[in-house]
This record gives sequence, C-alpha cells and structure tokens, in this order.
Amino acid sequence: MIVVDNLTKRYGEKTAVDGLTFTVRPGMVTGFLGPNGSGKSTTMRLILGLHAPTSGSATVNGTRYAARKAPLRDVGVLLEARAIHPGRSAYDHLLAQAQTQGISRARVSELVEFVGLQDVAKKRAGQFSLGMGQRLGIASALLGDPATLILDEPINGLDPDGIHWMRGLLKTLAAEGRTVFLSSHLMSEMALTADHLIIIGRGRLIRDISMDALVQKSSTRIVRVRSPQATQLRALVVAHDATITSEAHDLLDIDGLTAEQIGRIAAAHGIVLFELTPQTTSLEDAFMELTRDEVEYRNASINAGVTDAAGVAA
Amino acid sequence: MSTASFVPMTLPRTASGGRVTQLRVIVSEWTKFRSLRSTRYTLLATVGLTVGLALAAAVLVATQWATMTPANKATFQPLNVSLVGASIGVMVIGVLGVLMMTSEYATGLVSSTFAAVPKRLPVLWGKAAVYSAIAMSVTVPAMLIAFFSTQAILSGNHAQIAFGHTGVARAVIGSALYLTIAGLLGLGLGGIFRSTAAAVTSLTVILFVLPVISFILPAGLSNTISPYLPGNAGQAIMDIAPQAHTLTPWVGLGVFAAYAFAALAAAAVLLVKRDV
Repeated sequence: MIVVDNLTKRYGEKTAVDGLTFTVRPGMVTGFLGPNGSGKSTTMRLILGLHAPTSGSATVNGTRYAARKAPLRDVGVLLEARAIHPGRSAYDHLLAQAQTQGISRARVSELVEFVGLQDVAKKRAGQFSLGMGQRLGIASALLGDPATLILDEPINGLDPDGIHWMRGLLKTLAAEGRTVFLSSHLMSEMALTADHLIIIGRGRLIRDISMDALVQKSSTRIVRVRSPQATQLRALVVAHDATITSEAHDLLDIDGLTAEQIGRIAAAHGIVLFELTPQTTSLEDAFMELTRDEVEYRNASINAGVTDAAGVAA
Repeated sequence: MSTASFVPMTLPRTASGGRVTQLRVIVSEWTKFRSLRSTRYTLLATVGLTVGLALAAAVLVATQWATMTPANKATFQPLNVSLVGASIGVMVIGVLGVLMMTSEYATGLVSSTFAAVPKRLPVLWGKAAVYSAIAMSVTVPAMLIAFFSTQAILSGNHAQIAFGHTGVARAVIGSALYLTIAGLLGLGLGGIFRSTAAAVTSLTVILFVLPVISFILPAGLSNTISPYLPGNAGQAIMDIAPQAHTLTPWVGLGVFAAYAFAALAAAAVLLVKRDV
C-alpha cells in the first residue's frame, strides 16, 4: 500500500507536483498515467525519498521509504533512464545492488534467468538495448522479493514479446497480493495492464478511477443512423426524449436511445434503415479528453517558446 | 503471441538477506569498484606514472652524471628522483577518487544506489573505505618499487641513498599516504560538485594552481600562507631535510588529511540534504 498525502514539490518557481493525494492498493496493478512532464517521475522519486517534498508526505506500507532498514526487501524499484553504469555487466550491477542488504549471489543468478538475460549477463550493460535495460531494471526491482513495486515506464522500449511478458508478469505479481504501481504516458499500454488508474496532469490529480469505471464512462450512448427517411425518424426519436448531436441529409447521431430502441421505433413506423451503429469512444480518446487542458497549456507554452525548467524529471 | 523463453511465470521466492549495514555497503562498493575496467586502468596509470617517471629521471641522472659539476653532485638529492612520479601521479589517483563519486551521477546509477541505501551516508563511507584500502595496497608497493629501482640505477654512480637513512622510509611510505589522501580529497570534491569536470578542475586548482598563485602574493604573506596550502602541506612528507616555509612532514600530511576530511564532511552534509 502506497499512501501519498497532499504531496507538493516545487523546484524554484516551478511546481512539479501540486497537492497530490492518492492511495495505491495491493492485489492489483495501478497505472500512474499522465502526459510527459506531468510529474509522474517526480512523484515516484518523492515516494522513494530521492527527492524531498516541499510539503506533504508519502509512505509505503505505513513507513517513509527513507526510514526502511531493508528497502529492497520491501519495495522494488525500476527508475526511468536506466539507472545503471554502462561499463558494468548486468550481473555485477545486480550483485552490487543485492549486496547492500546481503541478498545472495544465487538470488541474483535466479533473477538474471527469470528476466531472460542469462546469455548477456556478463556483457557491459552499456551495450544493452532499451528493452534489455528494462529487463535488467525488473530483475533489480525483484531482487528482494518485495511486496511493493514502483516502476517508472517499465513497458517503454520493450518489443512486442517483451510487452506481452511484462503485462503477464505485472498481473501475476499483483495476483500474488503485491502492490504494483507503474507509470506510463500511454493510455493504450494501461488499458491492457492496469486495474486502476491514477491520472495526473501538471502535477495535479485529474482522476483516481478503476479501469472498469473509466471504460463505462468513456463509452458514449450515441448511435449513428443512416436512413432515406431521416427527417421522419428525427421527429420520432426527438419525441422519445432523444437528442440529435449531428445530422446530414440521410445521417443522424442520436443520443439518449439504444440502437435496439431506435431499431424498434423505425420498424414500428416502417422506416428503412441503411445503418444503425453504436459509436464507441476509445480509452485513448477518453484520456485525451481528460488531459486536454494540460496538453493545451503545454502546446501554448511551447508555441510561446517557454521551455520546461531544467532538472525537473518528467 | 508469446515466445517460449518469456512465458509469464511465477517469481521464484528465495530472496535472502536482511538489513542494510555499513559492512554490506562496503562489500557492494567493492563489487562496483572491481567490476569496472576504467578503475583498473586508472590504478594502472597511477602506478605507471609514479614508477615510470622515477625510472626515467634516474636514467637521465645516470647518463648525465659524468658531466655534472661537483657542486651539482654535492647538492643532488637521490630521494627526490624516486618520489618525482608521485607529484604527477597524485592527479591521476585524485581523479580516480573523483570518478568513484561523479560516475554515479553521470550515469544515473546514483538513483539505484540511494534507493538501495536510503540513508545515503553509508555509500560515501563505503566508497572511502574501499578506495583507501585499494589505494594503499597499490601505492605503497608502487613507491617501494619506485624507490628501490631508481636507487639501484643511481648506485651505478654511487649516488644512491639507503632506505635506512633517516627520514627515507617515512618519505617513501608517506608519499603513498599522500597519494591515497589526494584520492579521498577527490572523492569529497566529487560528492560536493557531482560533476566530473567541476570536481577535477577544483582538484587541479587546489593541488597545482594555488601553490603557483601564492608566489604572486607579497613574500611575507606568501611565506605564511603557502605551507598550509593543500598541495604544499601534503608534499612536506617527502622532505628529508628541513625546508624553509614548509611544515614539518607529519604536520604537513595531517593538514593535507584535514582538507580531505573537510571535503568529505561537506560532501556528507550535501549528500543527505540535497535531492538526488
């Protein structure tokens, strides 16, 4: 369980995280979603005590991360930008991490195999592809068999096989009762992986919502109808308290009735239908809608030649 | 959809281990140190310079000896030939100290490091301990090799000095201490600046530029300040005859060590206070 309480981080004039409050629960995959630069990485760094909050607090299983005696046993961490030395082998990187809390060499070897890096474990990590780097990061996060996982963009850079593997792994880990918290800037990734979403923009919470609820919300009730008798049908559905959201000469977008209801009305009045299609909104569209203000702000800033303050992690 | 090698599987649950301890962090830092080629090359360069330059100087003296004036022969200091490499090698080993800290920041590794050791300070002490042990075990033999090989060359002209001569053993072993402490100063500066360029520049200024600048000052002021400058204080350990405006050997080395500890202390304070 990760509890973030009114967390705020300012770097000089720029507020990277702005009064963020949310809880990440065990037993499910929680996605931390927001456009690039919305404060996801900063929030994770604050949770891990790598950065000190300006105000507010973050705890993992009731304790501040920095106060942990055996942090790798409790919390597994994968940080963006491959926090490894390129000159060191994957095995030695993991070994050095493990040794800080006396985790055995056998465990290191076991994880090297688990993530599929056994053939390249003795090669310099600087030669790794982004996907191999992510696997190494996952191995590092799992060294201590932790109950909580905090993963910054773990799917980024993986090939299709890798994405499939990562999704399966994350779901398995959550099913084992662990807290799995991962960030992404892509809704499409989250749609297939996460059970719950925490969506932020410009450092503020936009939505704390289950994936099911978001799917429900984002599916619209609009039905598209094409008929040579559109005018006649229009009058009939309006009489049934539906609204017309758009129309062309033989086309109606009807809100407030199901496709089934519209079909019955048409049949009852002998109206010919060429098309009767419920319109669906993708989660991607829903996400764009939710974060539109944030993105508009960013685009305006870019157009005005304003750049993000240096040193603020995405 | 999936390939045989990456079928999602249950994580093996055989995790061992326990709390973070200083000893465990030292073991970890040793693994980091030995697993990089660059650190081995830097150590090799330190040995190469300290021994190589001394040998080159000894050969030069040996070839010139016949043509040297009696006055020059009378003031010739055979010990200086053996120690000349250390005054250059100090920069290389100093940079090694710098890099042990700054490479963590340059590569982003520091985030992983401090996520594993959230108290942070054990990492700095661990690096200092690993570095010191390695530096001593490399520089002491290097200085001994530099001494005995150069004196063997000089003995061809009976210009050598014996290891048992007053102050020689102290100067030779002390040079190794001087090199080791220089790296600790580098480690501290690396922790303070976090950037390799800034830390190496400041180390160069401290060891080489400050002594030169002190010459520009009025003589009285220069004579007062100059002995306490880090580079000058540290090199006092290499003198076997008392010099004007120089600290006594062990006091000088003590002052140099105090600078290194001050840098490490400043790094420690900043390490805990600053965001990673």
